[in-house]
Amino acid sequence: MMRKTVLSVALGIAIMAPSAVMAQEVPPAAESGEAPGDAQVDRDAPVDWDREFGVVRKTRDPVTGEIPVDPYVQSDANAGASPFTGEGMARAFGGQPGIRRVVDRFVELNTTDPRIKAIFGEHDMVRLRRTLFEQFCLILNAGCHYTGRDMKSSHKGLGSTRADLNALVENLQQAMRENGVGFAAQNRFLSKLAPMDADVSERGEKRLLGKRR
Amino acid sequence: MATILTTGRRRAATRWSLAGLLALGTPLASPAQADETFDDAKLLLTNGVTSVEGASGGGLASWSTIAGRGTERAIGVSAHVTAIALPDYGWQSHGVSVGIHDRLELSYARQNFDTRKVGAALGLGHGFKFNQDIFSAKLRLAGDLVYGPQWLPAIAVGVQHKRNLDGAIVRAVGARSAQGTDFTLSASKLFLSRSVLVNATARLTKANQFGLLGFGGDKHGKHSLQVEGTLAYQLSRRLAVGGEYRTKPDNLGIAREDDALDMFVAWAPVRNLTVTGAYVDVGSIATFGGQRGGLVQLQLAF
Repeated sequence: MMRKTVLSVALGIAIMAPSAVMAQEVPPAAESGEAPGDAQVDRDAPVDWDREFGVVRKTRDPVTGEIPVDPYVQSDANAGASPFTGEGMARAFGGQPGIRRVVDRFVELNTTDPRIKAIFGEHDMVRLRRTLFEQFCLILNAGCHYTGRDMKSSHKGLGSTRADLNALVENLQQAMRENGVGFAAQNRFLSKLAPMDADVSERGEKRLLGKRR
Repeated sequence: MATILTTGRRRAATRWSLAGLLALGTPLASPAQADETFDDAKLLLTNGVTSVEGASGGGLASWSTIAGRGTERAIGVSAHVTAIALPDYGWQSHGVSVGIHDRLELSYARQNFDTRKVGAALGLGHGFKFNQDIFSAKLRLAGDLVYGPQWLPAIAVGVQHKRNLDGAIVRAVGARSAQGTDFTLSASKLFLSRSVLVNATARLTKANQFGLLGFGGDKHGKHSLQVEGTLAYQLSRRLAVGGEYRTKPDNLGIAREDDALDMFVAWAPVRNLTVTGAYVDVGSIATFGGQRGGLVQLQLAF
């Protein structure tokens, strides 16, 4: 459905940082939990978090404004769905300008939605807006090629769930509704995206029995 | 911002475990976001409404949906009240359900069937009420209502144990037992390309009039295979219309039993409430034919 645009995900930061920070901010608790013989760390020294987390800084391309990603094979097949035939769906979305409005609003809603904005937090929204537009435009048969990565690798490491996916669908429905796409056409478009769920949501069902993921 | 951060995950994971151990005393790694017990995150209307037996579904048919608004990493709960007005009878039912990980549904429903004037005519007394408790479980085996391949519907098996509370009376009218258990197998899919929901259910049952007149009879005493089907069209995120048909056994010699059908409108004005209105035709009940009327249901779900 949506694609993450930076190869190595900074998701780890979102996950790990709070607890690491917590450990720093409550030295008494940390201290009491340590065995007397442990190596002493100078807690007053500023922590180089980039080094702690193995952070590598990447520079945006001065022309496109995008952060470079590792090379991959480009193909329309990466879009994960076959395009509609005929012009009906492209017309329902108002052609390429309409699709662009839907995509921009969709990205805006996702990045401000308290339920899922953390997933987008450290990602390249410039690239996302471009590749998402290409994907929607291709599937809606509005005359584009898709140059992004496939659904599985573009969502790798996001740790997203069915609940996140549903929130995303609601945002897409809102973006389409606000841009005058009729409900039947909205659902037709969603029918192309819905089968991708296994590739875009990483954490599946919480098991009733046995080891939990 | 001209830069972005990427991270070495192994080091971070080590740090996380250590920090967790020291600060919280729990060495277990945690997922990206803590899973909420009640995530209230299903798409609107995809939890269905509540069938007459208390299982999630349409009004008459038990679908392969799981009750409540919890998704596959959470728990959902649901409660409903249903009222049906028929020419000669009144129906009121209510119940609660819990859906675990969008996989297992456990539900309880109570049915109260008011015989009004018919009660006097049958010698039961004016306004005599038949009561029934139903305990149900449903397990989704495979597939999904919305996601996954279009050709793979959500498939579920269910068991509904019904305990009629008027044993002496239902035996007097010819039923063999006051208790019975239905077994269901259902497949449901929302075909987004057409905005159409299709459900088909097979049910093994002995119930006379859903069990309100007991189980089994002089004409037929064993389980028989019955079917129920639903066809619905989604008009918007919040509104769907449709129809259902449900075959029923005809076990009792003293009163013919007919199939049932309904035509419904389901509306979710807010995400936790579904209001259902329906036209219902259940045919003949205890020799009083032409029982067509209206159904209203309120369902709260989280």
